[in-house]
Amino acid sequence: MTLGRFATKNAFRNRRRSFLTAVSIAFSLLLLTLLMSVYRGFYLDQGPPESALRLITRHKVSLVFFLPSYYREKIRTIPGVVHVSPWNWFGGIYKDNKPENQFAQFGVDPNEIFEILSENHVPPDQLEAFKHDRAGAAVNRALAEKHGWKPGDKVIVQGTIYPLKLELNIRAIYDTDNAFDSMLFSTEYIEQALPRVKGRTGTFYTLVDTAGHVTTVSKAIDEMFANSPQPTKTETEKGFTLSFVAQLGNVKLFILSICGAVVFAILLVSGNTMAMTIRERTREVAVLKTLGFTRGTILSLYIGEAVTLSLLGGLLGATGATLLMIVASKMPNGTFFTGFKVNSPTYLAALAVAALVGFVSAIFPSYNASRRNIVDGLRHIG
Amino acid sequence: MAIPISYNIRNLRLRVGATMMTALGIALTVSVAVFIMALLAGLKKAFVSSGDPLNVLVLRKASQTELQSGVDRASYDTIKYLPGVAKDKAGDPLASPEVVVVIVLPRNDNSGETNVTVRGMSSTGFELRPKIGLVEGRWFNAGQREIVVSKSISKRFRNAAIGNELFFGKGKWRVVGVFDAGDTAASSEIWADVNQMASDFERNSAFSSVLVHATDPIAAQGLKNRVADDQRLALDAFAEPDYYAEQTKSGAPIQFVGTIVAIVMAIGSCFAAMNTMYAAVAYRSREIATLRILGFSRPSIIASFVFESVLLALLGAALGLLLMLPFNGLTTGTANALTFSETVFSVRITLAVMITAILFAVTMGLFGGIAPAWHASRREILSALRD
Repeated sequence: MTLGRFATKNAFRNRRRSFLTAVSIAFSLLLLTLLMSVYRGFYLDQGPPESALRLITRHKVSLVFFLPSYYREKIRTIPGVVHVSPWNWFGGIYKDNKPENQFAQFGVDPNEIFEILSENHVPPDQLEAFKHDRAGAAVNRALAEKHGWKPGDKVIVQGTIYPLKLELNIRAIYDTDNAFDSMLFSTEYIEQALPRVKGRTGTFYTLVDTAGHVTTVSKAIDEMFANSPQPTKTETEKGFTLSFVAQLGNVKLFILSICGAVVFAILLVSGNTMAMTIRERTREVAVLKTLGFTRGTILSLYIGEAVTLSLLGGLLGATGATLLMIVASKMPNGTFFTGFKVNSPTYLAALAVAALVGFVSAIFPSYNASRRNIVDGLRHIG
Repeated sequence: MAIPISYNIRNLRLRVGATMMTALGIALTVSVAVFIMALLAGLKKAFVSSGDPLNVLVLRKASQTELQSGVDRASYDTIKYLPGVAKDKAGDPLASPEVVVVIVLPRNDNSGETNVTVRGMSSTGFELRPKIGLVEGRWFNAGQREIVVSKSISKRFRNAAIGNELFFGKGKWRVVGVFDAGDTAASSEIWADVNQMASDFERNSAFSSVLVHATDPIAAQGLKNRVADDQRLALDAFAEPDYYAEQTKSGAPIQFVGTIVAIVMAIGSCFAAMNTMYAAVAYRSREIATLRILGFSRPSIIASFVFESVLLALLGAALGLLLMLPFNGLTTGTANALTFSETVFSVRITLAVMITAILFAVTMGLFGGIAPAWHASRREILSALRD
């Protein structure tokens, strides 16, 4: 029997205890994996490479103020800018206010928007149809499937910011990696229905030619309008999204402190189990020592056992989290989770945490056990 | 006969290490749950206690918030002279036209920028909100570039203390007063003169909303119906408390994530408690057999072990609450899903939160204790004695 086999056999000697410990660790790690994925999605992921080339320009004071539409042509003159499109939040209601019926609507320029959102795939004939219908709409596939929309269907969206009811024809269905449901339509529709908003644009979406130009272009845009009555603030797509996350409150601290609590909780569970296990085997340790096993070997035996157990819990938890994430993103209230996935680095990180916790939790009890005097150990009753 | 409670307490004390580790595990779970519940309780309080039932808020039809709404000046003149609108001592109607915008301000603690609501109102606006009082300085004067800020705004944002100047709209605004709005939604607002605001933000043709005070509850209902039914106005009216209560749903993301976190952690803790209780049962099998011989029945042994597990969980709950107590009253903010700006609220460990936390822990203890207790009562007396 090898030492590794000895450790794994020992880990399952008390089946019930091992099972309970592993399950307890699994639940905590499930949570940890979920939180790490959310954290990664918010703060670490850079999105598709195209995303880094896109800038969003808004009114400096706040998103709720409009910019003059002629800014678009001025932005276009800046060297490095390839495409610019208006990007107007419509904020409409489809059917009712229920969460499952909520999606974003944006007024855009159909001729340019898919050049900017270049990683999204639209069938060429549908794109043509979208460009040629002033009441046309383009929706992402998931949204179309959710509501059973096909090209040619009519969809009515009631405006809340604009006193206006959009009657749109679905013209294009595009494929995207972005998990947020959105509907794009021609911003001209709003302008023609409500002449008073003509010439006003909420934000501009800009595509820059190379990554090297992103910073200079974004600076150039803001400098161009710095002394005008409507100064601008230009951010990368990621920066723009993060500013929404920042408004939810101190999300970073919130996630990190829950992660801390979870890791500490598993440490307690695993440590408790190892302390109980090793205490029960005091006599066995003495016997092993009498047989000639060194202290180092005994130490590694018990640590190996703890790591086996917590890794098992980790595997269960991380796998569970991966599945749960997929299920949760499909629930009507789970829009929070769309866009987050457990990827392999996160999965491995969760396993690493599990192994580390197993290791740390076993160190003290096994060190004490390995130090114990043989004669005392043999005499031990318990 | 029941086994004395002191037996359980002594047993927990005997195995201090295991007891404390398990209790701490439960405490961590409880504290996370308490924190999330306290956040939600604070947020709810901020909205539910906002608004006077006699105040009627008029918005444009289909608008859900003041930010989206627009009420033109002609409609305002119609609304203020509708029957049922209360009059002040001078005989003027108690109606305030308001302009609501959102601006971005940098937080004090360098944690970034956030949206803040600025409300322009006429001086009648103060009379319509009698519960909100000044704590420092004075109200703004009509026609001046002056603002009053809520207590929490003045604490949380840069340059928002009395005497400072904030830059928004077309220039600087001097902070002349600080008001205390308690836990209501107004505690996240900045107030200024409505006409100054309208010209700064080019809202001369229309106000955002109109707030009117009704003479009595029946008049308030009548006003609501009258405004909503008038086809020419194309406006909608809400009782002020109903309008704010709708915003409580801003807490939905916290609630959704929080519930998942708390439930998953609780299941993990349940298993941990079960583990500890199984160890306790295994350790005391001879003792349990002795108790049986002495005449204690199986049910009383089950009851005793379940009770011990609950006791363990209660210890955890107490520790968890203790851990979270320093956070009580902590002021924080979150994005309001409807007004698009930050809502400031305090973390409130209310009695309801505490009771829920304790029940939560007891449930964990019950689930963790039942199976081990059942096994304890089922063991053969003779074989247990021989162990």
